[in-house]
Amino acid sequence: MYETHYHRAASVADAAAQMEKAEDGKYLSGGQTLIPTMKQRLAAPSDLIDLRHIADMKGISEEGGAVKIGAATSHNAVATSPVVQRLIPGLAALAGGIGDPAVRHMGTIGGSISNNDPAADYPSALIALGATVTTNQRSLSAEDFFTGMFDTALDEGEIVTSVSFPVPEKSAYSKYPNPASRYAMAGVFVAKGKDGAVKVAVTGAGQNGVFRVEEMESALSSNWSSDAVAGISVSADDLLSDIHGSAEYRANLVTVMAKRAVAAA
Amino acid sequence: MGVQGIGARALRKEDKRFITGKGRYTDDMTLPRMTYAAFVRSPHAHAKVVSIDASAALEMPGVEAVLTGEQLVGDGIGNLICGWMIHSKDGTPMKMGAWRALEPETVRFVGQAVAVVIADTQGQARDAAESVVVEYEELNAVVSTIDALKGGAPQLHPEAPGNLIYDWDIGDEAATNAAFDAASTVVQMDLVNNRLVPNPMEPRAAVADYDEAEEHYTLHTTSQNPHVARLVLSAFYNVAPEHKLRVIAPDVGGGFGSKIFIYPEEIAALWASKRVGRPVKWVSDRTEAFLTDAHGRDHVSHAELALNADNKITGFRVKTVANLGAYMSLFSSSVPTYLYATLLSGQYDIPNIHCNVKAVYTNTTPVDAYRGAGRPEATFLVERMMETAARQVGLSPAEFRRKNFIRSFPHQTPVIMCYDAGDYDATLDAALKAIDYDGFPARKAEAAKRGKLRGLGLSCYIEACGIAPSAAVGSLGAGVGLWESAEVRVNPVGSIEVLTGSHSHGQGHETTFAQLISERFGVDTDSVSIVHGDTDKVQFGMGTYGSRSGAVGMSAIVKALDKVEAKAKKIAAHLMEASEGDIQIEGGELKVAGTDKKLTFTEVALAAYTAHNLPEGMEPGLKEGAFYDPTNFTFPAGTYACEVEVDPETGKTEIINFVAADDFGKIINPMIVEGQVHGGIAQGVGQALLESVSYDETGQLLTASYMDYAMPRADDLPSYTLLTTETICPGNPLGMKGCGEAGAIGSPPAVINAITDAINNNDLAMPATPQRVWLASRAALAQAAE
Ligand SMILES: Cc1cc2nc3c(=O)[nH]c(=O)nc-3n(C[C@H](O)[C@H](O)[C@H](O)COP(=O)(O)OP(=O)(O)OC[C@H]3O[C@@H](n4cnc5c(N)ncnc54)[C@H](O)[C@@H]3O)c2cc1C
Repeated sequence: MYETHYHRAASVADAAAQMEKAEDGKYLSGGQTLIPTMKQRLAAPSDLIDLRHIADMKGISEEGGAVKIGAATSHNAVATSPVVQRLIPGLAALAGGIGDPAVRHMGTIGGSISNNDPAADYPSALIALGATVTTNQRSLSAEDFFTGMFDTALDEGEIVTSVSFPVPEKSAYSKYPNPASRYAMAGVFVAKGKDGAVKVAVTGAGQNGVFRVEEMESALSSNWSSDAVAGISVSADDLLSDIHGSAEYRANLVTVMAKRAVAAA
Repeated sequence: MGVQGIGARALRKEDKRFITGKGRYTDDMTLPRMTYAAFVRSPHAHAKVVSIDASAALEMPGVEAVLTGEQLVGDGIGNLICGWMIHSKDGTPMKMGAWRALEPETVRFVGQAVAVVIADTQGQARDAAESVVVEYEELNAVVSTIDALKGGAPQLHPEAPGNLIYDWDIGDEAATNAAFDAASTVVQMDLVNNRLVPNPMEPRAAVADYDEAEEHYTLHTTSQNPHVARLVLSAFYNVAPEHKLRVIAPDVGGGFGSKIFIYPEEIAALWASKRVGRPVKWVSDRTEAFLTDAHGRDHVSHAELALNADNKITGFRVKTVANLGAYMSLFSSSVPTYLYATLLSGQYDIPNIHCNVKAVYTNTTPVDAYRGAGRPEATFLVERMMETAARQVGLSPAEFRRKNFIRSFPHQTPVIMCYDAGDYDATLDAALKAIDYDGFPARKAEAAKRGKLRGLGLSCYIEACGIAPSAAVGSLGAGVGLWESAEVRVNPVGSIEVLTGSHSHGQGHETTFAQLISERFGVDTDSVSIVHGDTDKVQFGMGTYGSRSGAVGMSAIVKALDKVEAKAKKIAAHLMEASEGDIQIEGGELKVAGTDKKLTFTEVALAAYTAHNLPEGMEPGLKEGAFYDPTNFTFPAGTYACEVEVDPETGKTEIINFVAADDFGKIINPMIVEGQVHGGIAQGVGQALLESVSYDETGQLLTASYMDYAMPRADDLPSYTLLTTETICPGNPLGMKGCGEAGAIGSPPAVINAITDAINNNDLAMPATPQRVWLASRAALAQAAE
């Protein structure tokens, strides 16, 4: 790791101000992506501005038909939250399946979505549930937030402060983990909104990060059952292919995980 | 802890310090004025080093020196050696290319060091290492085992034309060919033994300290065999004569073979310490470990089995290409030859065996011994072939094996080994019973109802441990003898120190060796301490690998104990005015048989040291040493039975039940043995299902971190059923065989045999990743549908 300077921000405004002053600063949340990257000397921020102790950015609450989760809330807090478990059990299960206990106690939802790893779990939930991302500057839909592999709509210095998930009628997540990293090789989040709208979002498999499968969505809209998606496969053309799995294998996993998610919802 | 002799499940004495974080590892050593080393490593798999410009690095804060290969060679530091001479079948010696600790001319694998930066802190050293500008001229690389021998393949070493290190044979080729000519059935397979990274929990490290006034070096390092390290560093690398070099291997966090070898970094650290006049510490990070720790296995083989009309095996023919990587590591040459092909008879009476091995260079990390070393490769071949042959001739795999078991001992195989004792039916019976072999069809049918494919696979392994008789290995090319030494010191107050040349890096010697003393003298294990891992304390030793610490290391202790016991009895007889033959040792006391006369062990020890009243002519003191050289290898053997369920939709394999029935001979501490088997099976299942090294075609290591290299985790493994049977090993005084590697040797074929049974397709490479299993099971379904 290169030498760096650590700052613990007291508030969102303080964090933004610190970032202004830094030569080449980076926000630090759970550090579960950023610190390993720094240890491998692949990142060399001059300053680290720690968001994880900002009280306004932590916590889970039920607000007007939605569940609001502070950006600095740990995966473990989401997984074990009675509110999330009651209202969006699929989301609690997703958080409980991220990494291992140590990762879940440190890693945060804000860090995960800001990083937008194409194999991360959360992006699929945000898309399928139609979540809204709030930053220190604006609010934007999940669809607008995720712009591609490791890419988001965040501007320089912009801070994700919370994510708000409309409570669905039902939802579930099914993940096939990469045998080495345990990130998603294919993770499928299915949700049926209170308005009846169905969304199917896939993570881990796409070359450009999370994507929706509209063919499955329309099939499920008329018939919410595993059988409805069993015959639908996504094209392998835009899927990832690496030493762990070919695009064809991932395409198969997308269908299988979709079936299992529907059955679990 | 009390008196805990042979067979007691004594808790590990060393665990208190390990569990409470009080272990003393090499990285815990901090010396005054210490500097840190960081290596400048090649990003290319094959390239000429055109120039090295250290001027910018030398200007950076804290930098003491930037040292290169040219300086190292100029100072007379010798090339790295391979300590086992193999001759090709045409009689020519193996072709060894020059390997320098820092390479001045041509780098041959990604991660090879070309320079070392010495600085005040680790961070400064690493920062400066990045600022050393090395100009390379890239060369084409050859990466795959098979490509290495192809015409036109890039050449690694001028010494080894065609990248061929040796072309070696064992067994009677003509007789084996004749057996195939007469065969009723021939079974053929192509098999790949995947390349692995050892991944001990503690990465390699070294702290080197040169004392200018004494011209003396001290090296703390992560070694499984500190005396061998000292010998090699002195005799071949010209670092210092042995009496001017102390090597200490303190607590070592796992080795699995990878810490047997002497690597460039230790050599460079010692040399640099003299150059800069300050102690030098180097600690590998995990990426360096992936790139530079010797890898394991990497064989490509074609195997054929000849059967007669009665389904008895009449011949076994094997051709193997073994990838040794870019350089020949310390024992690399012996692994695919004498540690491999000599085990191709398995547990079976096979009259004719012939094996040809071609060892090749490639632009990859050097390959050497890794848990099992050669024997897992042999077992994988033999046991995949046995299962396949049984399926081909329509016999049950258990029955086919039984038909061919060796049942009389000693048994001379056609490939050097002479098995001394064993009962292969006993372990097979035990395993079949424990896994409920007969109930399998019902379980398979029940699984099918749940949409799962269930399979059962066996592996009846044999291995050779307790390496090894020195004269025998010497005649096969070993550069060292493989005996062991021990010294038993009884202190005046009766406590006992045992100095051993074995080295514990997770095996629990401090406990099991103390149990041996407790058994012999009836003393508390707490009054015994085991001293190892320091060339200044222990006279000499060959270290720990090849499951040799019990069969060889403890046998040396037994010999020393015999001498101590004889002297103690003489003293006791003298003091109690009894005849020596009437003295018995029991419960920590020396008694005169048939009387109530007795002395405590402590009283006898004290008498030996006060020396006020010793038998005429006896020297004072109670301390004896011994060397033990085994007469044969030992032959642990057993049956592993694995039952799996495959999810045909994803190809995911779940191990439902795993039974290991092992014959390890005499067992000192069953709990520690179980721990060894647990760890071994975890590594074997890792090889079978998860672990594999991938390089791209340019020689970049794709699996250089845990993000891509799949290590087995607790939830990948079932709760094992472990059983033992016992035939006493006649070759050593305790009747021990060894247990350190069996799990890793026996388990891979059991797992693959189970999966291929489940999916009804025998064509499945290791590791059986979900993708591979999915593809193979779909292929089988497509075939069935035709
Ligand atoms: C061993 C291991 C296993 C893992 N397994 C999984 C898995 O199975 N599935 C999965 O999805 N993830 C996995 N992860 C990643 C984990 O979920 C991380 O927590 C997550 O990717 C990043 O969150 P963090 O809070 O740690 O962010 P950090 O690492 O602190 O930051 C990540 C990036 O986001 C930026 N950032 C952080 N917070 C904000 C914010 N509020 N606003 C703007 N920018 C911000 C940082 O500057 C940085 O660039 C794993 C990680 C590890 C180490």
